[in-house]
Amino acid sequence: MKIFVCVKQVPDTSGKVAVDENGILIRSSMPTIINPDDMNAMEAALQLKDETGCKVIAVTMGPAPAEGMLRELIAMGADEGILISAREFGGSDTFATSQIIAAAINHVGVEKDDMIFCGRQAIDGDTAQVGPQIAEKLGLPQITYAAEIKKEGNEVTVKRMLEDGYMTIKTHTPCLITCIKELNAPRYMSVPGIFECYNKPLTVLDFEALKDEPLIELDTIGLKGSPTNIFKSFTPPQKGVGVMLEGADKATAADLADRLLKKHVI
Amino acid sequence: MAFNSAAIEEFQDIWVFCEQRDGKLMNTDFELISEGRKLADKRGCKLVGVLLGDNVQGIAKELGGYGADKVIVCEDPALKVYTTDAYTKVLCEVAMDKKPEVILIGASNIGRDLGPRCAARLHTGLTADCTHLDIDMNGYLTYLKEGSTIDVDSVKWNMEDVNLKMTRPAFGGHLMATIICPRFRPCMSTVRPGVMKKAEFNQAKADACEIEIVKPTVSDADIEAKVLEVVKEAKEQVDLIGADVIVSVGRGINKDVEKGIELAQQLADAFGGGVVGSSRALVDAGVITADHQVGQTGKTVHPKVYVALGISGAIQHKAGMQDSELIIAVNKNETAPIFDVADYGICGDLFKVVPMMIDAINAAKASK
Repeated sequence: MKIFVCVKQVPDTSGKVAVDENGILIRSSMPTIINPDDMNAMEAALQLKDETGCKVIAVTMGPAPAEGMLRELIAMGADEGILISAREFGGSDTFATSQIIAAAINHVGVEKDDMIFCGRQAIDGDTAQVGPQIAEKLGLPQITYAAEIKKEGNEVTVKRMLEDGYMTIKTHTPCLITCIKELNAPRYMSVPGIFECYNKPLTVLDFEALKDEPLIELDTIGLKGSPTNIFKSFTPPQKGVGVMLEGADKATAADLADRLLKKHVI
Repeated sequence: MAFNSAAIEEFQDIWVFCEQRDGKLMNTDFELISEGRKLADKRGCKLVGVLLGDNVQGIAKELGGYGADKVIVCEDPALKVYTTDAYTKVLCEVAMDKKPEVILIGASNIGRDLGPRCAARLHTGLTADCTHLDIDMNGYLTYLKEGSTIDVDSVKWNMEDVNLKMTRPAFGGHLMATIICPRFRPCMSTVRPGVMKKAEFNQAKADACEIEIVKPTVSDADIEAKVLEVVKEAKEQVDLIGADVIVSVGRGINKDVEKGIELAQQLADAFGGGVVGSSRALVDAGVITADHQVGQTGKTVHPKVYVALGISGAIQHKAGMQDSELIIAVNKNETAPIFDVADYGICGDLFKVVPMMIDAINAAKASK
């Protein structure tokens, strides 16, 4: 049994971010982190590894520096890392990205007992699309928004969150599950893990390695194979600056109330 | 490789996937039908609702009251409760048969499960969590003039472009991106709940709405991920989207969390009643439940009055509230970015300022 955990290195969007005069994001202004929901997916896989001794493989697509993130995940407890990286894969939208990741997972091989875990969504795009699209392309059942995962033999039972409650869903392996932060609290890297992380296997899959996979066609991957294109990107204008009221006392509060009254807000 | 979805001239009409839970339509359905009506009028095509379920024909006509010309109803016991497998199969088969140009889906936890799976099967593009849609260039440029920093008049545009222009926030709201899907159909979009405005309900239009029954080919055997039970959480969810007044709290209440939330509710009451919202920080810290969260990863709101107490105004938060009609901010830090979007700002300790605000508002109301 093995669990593929799909992870993404993302800019930390919670801090200050710089945008240039053309409205283009200056990526170097943001430090990169492991996408938060993906950490929950990794923790869920490691908990199953603790129970069953299964193998955990961290899979990511991105430029060469993403190797550092894979080493961190190995230090957390993953057995190996796979970095999918090639110029041909650049510019992929969610459709093309899922095509490539599904091809890489298929290249390694999905067996009857295996599972694929993803984070619900990545904080740079917030799309939540790549997980379900990998499942579709591999012909596997999917369960999204998982807040609890139980596996007994080939049966998997998941608590799947809705806005107003939850569903209990049962499926079989192999399957794909997307994880939310309510699922668990991710562990830290361990000291022995940090010492050993450079001794564990890390495979780079490039275009050459994947080109014979049935899912890989030049018109289904990369910028050219992406159904969606950016028509225009821009920054929203700042709203006209309002009024800072003087002071912070009773007179200030009365001034505010007076203005609200005149505007018929109260 | 050739894809059926690439024969784009064969596709027409705008569809809205109408989600039902327990045989009841969702508010998002009405929002999307109302928005879809405007797009269909600009495009000169029909607006069609698609409703999957078991025994749901009776609720279909209501969609006409918000602008649907027609509702396609697919009924089967296997569609009673949402499952990825059955709903994907039926929606994709009906779409490939009838070939819509556009499919809009509400970006609920269910829509965000269904949309990507269908787009992958249909070999087409899907844009997630859209907050603005245009189909004609005039409408899009009007939107850009108000909603962007682009000097629209200095750019040369192809005014003939009729691709659906799907605009959404990216990078946590730091950037807006307009996405198109020029080479494949249907063009698919999930749309953020609470953003599109619901039209006035029109009974005559509801009565006139055409219903087309399509018998789906689906059975329990198609469902690999089976729903064992659906549980409604008993806890009452706060209705941020429907509220006229929202008083939100952020890290600034950390000194005394309970008191801070109590003051926020009292201030909302002084405004004539409202609800308490929050920033993501308090939700992440476990201080308040996620249904209170306003922002990019929470809810998008545009109440009549939005008060931000002790919220610095990270871009994620502003993305969810900056279109409120009137914004009041109280923060200790005079450089807090929340003041950039506030109509009225007070720099001070919210625990001192808010009780004075409540008194002053009550006094002002009494003097009317």
